[in-house]
Amino acid sequence: MATATATAPAEATAPAGASRPYRIRQGLAGWAFATPFTVLFLLFMAVPVVASLVMSVTDLRSTDLRTPFAVEFVGVDNYARLLDDAQFRRAALNTAVFVVVGVPLTMAVGLAAASALNSGLVRFRAAFRVGFYLPVVTSIVALAVVWRFLLDPEAGLVNNALRVVGVEGPNWLGDSDLALPSIIAMAVWRNFGFLMVIFLAGLQAIPTELYESSRLDGAGRWAQFRHITVPLLRPTLLFGGVVTSIGYLQLFEEPLVMTRGGPLDSTLSVSYHIYNQFGFGNYGYAAAVSYVLFAVIVGLSVLQFRLLGSRD
Amino acid sequence: MRRRDLLARGALYTVLGLGLLVVVGPFLWAVLSSMKPEAEIRRIPATWWPEVFTLGNYRELLSRLDFPQAFANSAIVAVLTTLGNLAFCSLLGYALAKLRFPGKRALFLVVLGTLMVPSMVTFVPQFVMVSNLGLVNSYGGLILPFLATPFGVFLMRQYLLSIPDELIEAARVDGAGELRIFARVVMPLCGPALATLTILTFLASWNNFLWPLVVATTEDRYTLPVALALYSVGQNRIDYGLVLAGAVAVLLPVVIVFVLLQRHFLRGIATTGLK
Repeated sequence: MATATATAPAEATAPAGASRPYRIRQGLAGWAFATPFTVLFLLFMAVPVVASLVMSVTDLRSTDLRTPFAVEFVGVDNYARLLDDAQFRRAALNTAVFVVVGVPLTMAVGLAAASALNSGLVRFRAAFRVGFYLPVVTSIVALAVVWRFLLDPEAGLVNNALRVVGVEGPNWLGDSDLALPSIIAMAVWRNFGFLMVIFLAGLQAIPTELYESSRLDGAGRWAQFRHITVPLLRPTLLFGGVVTSIGYLQLFEEPLVMTRGGPLDSTLSVSYHIYNQFGFGNYGYAAAVSYVLFAVIVGLSVLQFRLLGSRD
Repeated sequence: MRRRDLLARGALYTVLGLGLLVVVGPFLWAVLSSMKPEAEIRRIPATWWPEVFTLGNYRELLSRLDFPQAFANSAIVAVLTTLGNLAFCSLLGYALAKLRFPGKRALFLVVLGTLMVPSMVTFVPQFVMVSNLGLVNSYGGLILPFLATPFGVFLMRQYLLSIPDELIEAARVDGAGELRIFARVVMPLCGPALATLTILTFLASWNNFLWPLVVATTEDRYTLPVALALYSVGQNRIDYGLVLAGAVAVLLPVVIVFVLLQRHFLRGIATTGLK
């Protein structure tokens, strides 16, 4: 304690006591180091984030790019138009289903895989972890191409496997009732490995004494899981849920490559709708839709933290 | 008791093994199918191992002008994006972690605040910006918006905080300039962080889809995922052999790098909690 009080003032005064030119020199060096990044960041990130909000209250179209000042201010018209846009409503519904069904499923599979790998008696744990994580790091476009082949009604692996047991499988991606569930299945397959790694780190942080003492009290595996694992893992589960929701809300590549949003808009997502509107040249409207998506992402994250974060 | 343990262990390995089969199976099947002639790919019942082994799909992939070009474009974009991020993110990360300058806190908060902004929100105004700069369908347009990523700054700053100040002070006392300290004293100690940043940036760029899809308007600027997606979307009766060969060309380099360097990937997640 005595040494701490003796050294603390010395440490505190050392930078403050440094000469004025020294501090100015360091300030200049600081900005010199920061400038290259900051210029690029302002130009391609900060300005666009603000600009997209401005664009969303204008009627900017692709044809206006050369004369940006001819653009009219239209207030909340773009946002009002959203409500009348039947395609947007369909896209919002599809995206909601994708998130509400897909996120819990992915988390459940991720948690099951993490628990299995954490159970203490698993050899080749590294091999399993690498295998399960493989789809996470690979190109989603390439995987969507592979899955389109996998789900092909004639040549696909899935229907070939069903034929072995005597069942003629459906046209997964060509049926408007099955296309979205098929894409959800693919998303679970692709993303659970990420959650598995996050959850595994959380599980390893739980002290093993807790399990040992509860076993002496006669708790079974399931009781341990419910009353020790889940409560202590809550922050990790919350984090995984938020990150996965944010990702799933931006569903885009899978429907583009596998179904082109069809059949009958049954796999059209909000992001795909933004992309289409951008393609039609409706920049102002596309910016408005993207801001609504952004607001939902922020809102959902806040909500999940409120719901799951404050119970203890 | 022993018996039950053995049974539980057997069940566990069975489930995990089946899971592994489900996850890795599609990769294997795609690779094997890409080496079959189209007729065999479409045959019912399907063959697992190629009856007729052929590299024809890959030969066709190479002889189509757009695919080798797309491969080169992906590599050029990924390499330059990675180099840019290594330079700019470590410079700013160092300034934020170790230098005192006015506006530092505000700059850090702004950069941190955009860490989670999704690309779906920014791509329309980014496109307007790039188009005003005359960079649509150019390498500049493909690369510049990704040269300075908040993620990279965050990663580098967190790592640099763990480097002792005394080291930097000692170099200053010896009369070394700030740039020299950064390049000769600090950077050599950042190997693990730079490795993680290299891998994650290269991968993100290699797999990136939305931005190149929007900015590249002619085939000679397509990156590999764009070429692959537009080629397979553009056909009603898809030529599976060709697109599977294309998919394997996108997947295989990443799979190999991942299996060799997996601990860097997993450290990236541990440090930042992000992919």
